[in-house]
Amino acid sequence: MDQTESGKKQYQELVKEVSPNSKLLANCIRAFVGGGLICVIGQLIKNFFLAQQLGEDSSRLATVAVLIGGSILLTGFGWYDRLSEHIGAGAAVPITGFANAIAAPAIEHKKEGFILGVGAKMFVIAGPVILYGTLASILVGLIYYFVR
Amino acid sequence: MELIRAFIVGGIICVIGQILIDKTKLTTARILVIFVVAGCVLGGLGLYEPLVNFAGAGATVPLPGFGHLLAGGVKKAVDEQGFAGIFTGGVTAMAGGLTVAILFGWLSALTFNPKEK
Repeated sequence: MDQTESGKKQYQELVKEVSPNSKLLANCIRAFVGGGLICVIGQLIKNFFLAQQLGEDSSRLATVAVLIGGSILLTGFGWYDRLSEHIGAGAAVPITGFANAIAAPAIEHKKEGFILGVGAKMFVIAGPVILYGTLASILVGLIYYFVR
Repeated sequence: MELIRAFIVGGIICVIGQILIDKTKLTTARILVIFVVAGCVLGGLGLYEPLVNFAGAGATVPLPGFGHLLAGGVKKAVDEQGFAGIFTGGVTAMAGGLTVAILFGWLSALTFNPKEK
């Protein structure tokens, strides 16, 4: 009886020790495969536009547009959230995750109206990204101006 | 080969994000901000360009690529316009992607309704 009790305790401790790490590993593998595949899709789209003689700049923008459009469509049907559940950061870190972060709150807060609902909530995550991205670019520009 | 490089580098960048989410208390929004700023700083130092040349979309599709785009834009603007470029380069570089995202995001709010919970 004592043995099984202590055995149980040991087992539970072992589970506690091991599971967070194996969970992290599983999450990382899923993020790796999912995020990697989204990048491969991006590369395929870009190669397609480059093959249409669109030029480097236009191909890049067209690729971003297709990725963002696709992601927002999936968001509208509620499928991007399901994808996020499976691949975690693999869905959040690519530009498609940024698009999802714009569309999801915009749809969610539609009932609050098109100004303070859709208009404001659309930027709840995109806003900080734009803000700090812009500030970082000013810093880079300032330093580059003086050292170039 | 190009696709394999894109897969591996893009995957690794996402794994870094996953580790940050799981190991720290950082929210997704904070990680996205950190990634864009990191990409912009690395881009400013000229350290992100080699990764883009190596991995293509594997480096440009994840959000650090967005930061790198801003850094490239601001450098180009400073070269062309001098001091004014410091303030025009970043937002000019993000203009295309941001406008597309805003347009599609708004259209999606027009089209779709929130899911019942």
